[in-house]
Amino acid sequence: MLKDITMGQFFPGDSLVHRLDPRTKLIMVILYIAALFTAKSYVSYLVMAAFLIISVRISTIKFKMLFKGLKPLIIVIAFTAILNLFFTTGEHVIFEVWRIKLTWEGVRTAAFMLVRLVMLIMGTFLLTYTTSPISLTDGLERLLNPLKKIKVPVHELAMMMSIAMRFIPTLVEETDKIMSAQKARGADFETGSIFQRAKALLPVMVPLFISAFRRADELAIAMESRCYHGGEGRTRMNVLRMEKRDWITLLVGVLVLALVIVLNILGL
Amino acid sequence: MSKIIKTENLVYSYQAPEGELPIRVLDGVDIEIESGTFVAVLGHNGSGKSTFAKHLNGILLPEGGTVYIEGMNTQDEKLILEIRRRIGMVFQNPDNQIVSNIVEEDVAFAPENLGYPSDDIRIRVDEALKVVGMYEYRDHAPHLLSGGQKQRIAIAGVLAMAPACVVFDEPTAMLDPKGRADVVNIIHKMRDMGTTVVLITHHMDETIDADRLVVMADGKVIMDGTPAEVFCHVEELRETRLDVPETVDILYELNKEGYDLDLKALSVEECAQEIYNHFN
Repeated sequence: MLKDITMGQFFPGDSLVHRLDPRTKLIMVILYIAALFTAKSYVSYLVMAAFLIISVRISTIKFKMLFKGLKPLIIVIAFTAILNLFFTTGEHVIFEVWRIKLTWEGVRTAAFMLVRLVMLIMGTFLLTYTTSPISLTDGLERLLNPLKKIKVPVHELAMMMSIAMRFIPTLVEETDKIMSAQKARGADFETGSIFQRAKALLPVMVPLFISAFRRADELAIAMESRCYHGGEGRTRMNVLRMEKRDWITLLVGVLVLALVIVLNILGL
Repeated sequence: MSKIIKTENLVYSYQAPEGELPIRVLDGVDIEIESGTFVAVLGHNGSGKSTFAKHLNGILLPEGGTVYIEGMNTQDEKLILEIRRRIGMVFQNPDNQIVSNIVEEDVAFAPENLGYPSDDIRIRVDEALKVVGMYEYRDHAPHLLSGGQKQRIAIAGVLAMAPACVVFDEPTAMLDPKGRADVVNIIHKMRDMGTTVVLITHHMDETIDADRLVVMADGKVIMDGTPAEVFCHVEELRETRLDVPETVDILYELNKEGYDLDLKALSVEECAQEIYNHFN
């Protein structure tokens, strides 16, 4: 049952978006988010929506999958929208009950915030759907490489991230096993208040943690046995290479951001 | 033949909780292993065989005595990468040896650490995957493979370094019979390719084909010889809570009934022949 978790899921494919360098995609997401937050008018939102729709089309990822990814975040999105709806000050009051005031400005900000968040999440999901975790951490490591000069342990962080991702399925499987073992001994995870249920998980967490530490120890020995000695002098089998398509994509990204800024200045 | 591994009076103890004496696991082990041979190390739990294995590539450093790998002392920190490149190590749990989410990326881990050029790594990875018969799975995710397949990936990950010797520390303990047979076949294949193999195990049937069998108990080497020679000592082996192959057991039981059979029969054919010869 825990196997159905769709965190950071990756759908292999062969589209242009899949083939882009992970660094390009990471920078594009940053540009995209920057543009989303500078966008203030209907026209600029339309530009952003068009950009997102075209990217998704090229990636051959189905919109249904992107909406699925939104599901667990619905509460957060709704909460933000409602906050904006009632706490935006404005003059065009629609109605007022006790201290709660609903204004046209509120509706507008809430709608914008809703669209902005949904597009933000869909954009970042497009990144994780089209990029394998390993190339994602690779790209991140290479992008942050200059930070090594100021003693940021970039390689170590990237290694930790990729090992964590490698062990997610293993630990999920193990959790399933331990839960079954505890159920067989009469443990009850499904009934009672939320506190009782959290408490019932304790006999799952303790063995899981102990085993995770044991695994970490064994993995460290296995890595050392395979000559791991940090990032120094390490080469890669698959070297990341920026192609023509990467530079063109980045140019498009910069242009979109520029267009949104121009639209803001023109007041459209 | 040259000696690839040489230990001299190797002593090691694990730290015990405060107030107790440290537990001595290795108590004066002297072993020389010839290049290109298949040596099996047999011992019961707690005999010190895994601790011995971890000394061979400098994961553990001796408390007393020395370990030489092709003449290099494992206590010399500058030589440790050279030693680890020569002595590959495969462990019991395949899950805890795999670093990457993609099979070929995992196999590439060791050569990447050694700083080889990309094209060279690609060749090594493809070759290693072909040796273990997992080339078709190169872009799979390891967690979707069976235990035996994962262990084969772990072996490929070691082979990609092109080590002179591979130490297997109970590689089949967590595998099903099919996975076990696959791993044993790869071990035989490696011996045929000229790689020195040290197999640590407590499955005596895996040791039958070895060139040499070393039996450990309580941190000491108690027997050393060809498998046929060692398994003749049925009573001594049973004293250390080890068993003998069924073929030897049958002949041994017959001898107890008053026959006079030669115990050096490890395969079923040899055993049948021995009995046939005797009764003719």
